[in-house]
Amino acid sequence: MTTLLEVSGVSVSFDGFRAINNLSFQIGEAELRAVIGPNGAGKTTFMDIVTGKTRPDEGRVTYGEKSVSLLSLSESRIAQMGIGRKFQRPTVFEDQSVADNLMMALKKDRNPFAVLMFRPVAADRDRVAELADEIGLSAALHRKAGELSHGQKQWLEIGMLLAQEPRLLLVDEPAAGMTLAEREHTTDLLKEAAKTRAVVVVEHDMEFVRRLDCKVTVLHEGAVLAEGSLDHVTRNEQVIEVYLGR
Amino acid sequence: MSDMTLSAPARRPLVLRHPSVLVFLTILALFTLGVTLLSEGAGIGAISTSFVKTLGKTLCFCLVALAMDLVWGYCGILSLGHMAFFGLGGYAVGMWLMYERTRMIVADSLAAAELPPTAQEISDGIATQIFGVVGASEFPPVWAFAHSLPLQLAAVVVVPGLLALVFGWLAFRSRVTGVYLSILTQAMTLALSLYLFQNDSGLRGNNGLSGLQNLPGLDDIPQSAVSLWFFWASALALGVGYLFCAWLVSGKFGSVIRAIRDDETRVRFLGYPVEGFKLVVFTLTAVIASIAGALYYPQAGIINPAEIAPIASIYLAVWVAIGGRGRLYGAVIGAGFVSLLSTWFTGGQAPDLVLGPLRIQWVDWWTVLLGLSFVAVTLFAPKGIGGLVDLAARIKSPDRHGADLGPDAGALREREADQ
Repeated sequence: MTTLLEVSGVSVSFDGFRAINNLSFQIGEAELRAVIGPNGAGKTTFMDIVTGKTRPDEGRVTYGEKSVSLLSLSESRIAQMGIGRKFQRPTVFEDQSVADNLMMALKKDRNPFAVLMFRPVAADRDRVAELADEIGLSAALHRKAGELSHGQKQWLEIGMLLAQEPRLLLVDEPAAGMTLAEREHTTDLLKEAAKTRAVVVVEHDMEFVRRLDCKVTVLHEGAVLAEGSLDHVTRNEQVIEVYLGR
Repeated sequence: MSDMTLSAPARRPLVLRHPSVLVFLTILALFTLGVTLLSEGAGIGAISTSFVKTLGKTLCFCLVALAMDLVWGYCGILSLGHMAFFGLGGYAVGMWLMYERTRMIVADSLAAAELPPTAQEISDGIATQIFGVVGASEFPPVWAFAHSLPLQLAAVVVVPGLLALVFGWLAFRSRVTGVYLSILTQAMTLALSLYLFQNDSGLRGNNGLSGLQNLPGLDDIPQSAVSLWFFWASALALGVGYLFCAWLVSGKFGSVIRAIRDDETRVRFLGYPVEGFKLVVFTLTAVIASIAGALYYPQAGIINPAEIAPIASIYLAVWVAIGGRGRLYGAVIGAGFVSLLSTWFTGGQAPDLVLGPLRIQWVDWWTVLLGLSFVAVTLFAPKGIGGLVDLAARIKSPDRHGADLGPDAGALREREADQ
């Protein structure tokens, strides 16, 4: 399996606090990975670094077949290269319809002038309808996103991510605030997505991680503590200490 | 009809998708026709020439308010500098008007001399006439193109466009947002106005440019006709500007800039270069503001640096807020309503209000009233006057969640009626 994203020896400090400490991480082209760790382990900072929001003090982040360094690229450029991100809190554009939200996310030229001249063709509208179907929002296509329930907003955001057709998906706590049925649906969506692309899921909920049934990376104090199957890492002494001890 | 067309209906023209555009253009056309028929220049004379000018100027304010609504109401950039671009447009056109008219006067007076005047003599004569008030008698470099109307008209677009491009690039690239960006735009405006106040700025300092209502070579045409020309031009510019803005915000571009207003970080992670979009909107609206100014000042007759002072841009924001930002007609209503009301109150026509020992003279108290209404609108009616349209629309068509509109099942459904 070829590597899609490689993070090596990355460190970053905020006002002297080392949020990420010599972190290394790899993920292949079609792989599902769960990242777990206690609060303050650096999970969100890790995502910030990959998506270009935070610049690391040292280390390398390379992406794709040509191993392009992401460190000098802007957030929008990184997103255009195929790295999609879902935030912890669902962030959809509440003042706009579900269809508009999806249409905006569709993989198209992002240049302002191209966007100005863009007029959706039948294929684009069909794609939006298809996505809405996939996330169970077909009936809500013309409703404003702000009127949706919390779970529906989470799905809309996942739908927007899928619309971007990313090669690497970073998902921050997708199941937060969802009902059991909604969680199952989300697990299926993520597993399905991971068949054709790399998906990194940050999650607190062990039950959810177990259902994902994938390789797990445990972060602690900004570094990788353990990596392997969920059963493997939960037997790890250090992991038990971090999670249960002290 | 095939299934294909059912699943993806053809895109209908802009005016049909947004009926407010058609309504607006119709009202504007009727208004223009009405004023023309009542004017002194081409109608029965019920409206004085000076009031035609006031109405023409109001249309220019409406146009610059559209620009403000685009940049603030849609894109979320509270610019306190758009009246500076408005003023720059006025200066650009004013320079040619003043140059050309002075040249004709100087050429006339020198024609009586025994020897025909040289080009240098004419040029010196014009310079002395124009810059005498600031104690200079030579053309400053900024007047290099003042002899050419096409070049000065190009300057209406190019100068504010370049200024907005450079300023916007620096500001947006550094990710300055919110109130800090507003302060920055205000600082730019203040700096520009203070610079123009200096006599050696080359634009006649605090005297500004005057006599702009007199079109060179058209001395025989009465102001009643000229005022109508500018009124028509302003109405046309507003109509075209409105259509253009409606087109701009109707598609995906409008979607993206509203998204930037609501959550620009998220837009960045969708892959859109937020700074580029802001720059396009900022520059484009600066040019619209400048065109509005170029039409306004020949009707006002005079421009001076005080017009560029930050307070003018703050008024612009107040108009848009009172009219209702985030909707184009809101901006037009706000600018039209408030600026006409302001003319009425400050023109001395409004009767004084006597409250016991306190005598409220509106000339002085109007700004207080305006300030209070601004606060009231912000607190109690954030949608502004335009929000009334929503109220009216809701009364007419309650949301039936797609149910039948008629008495029997199978009658026209709400969703069909919407289309």
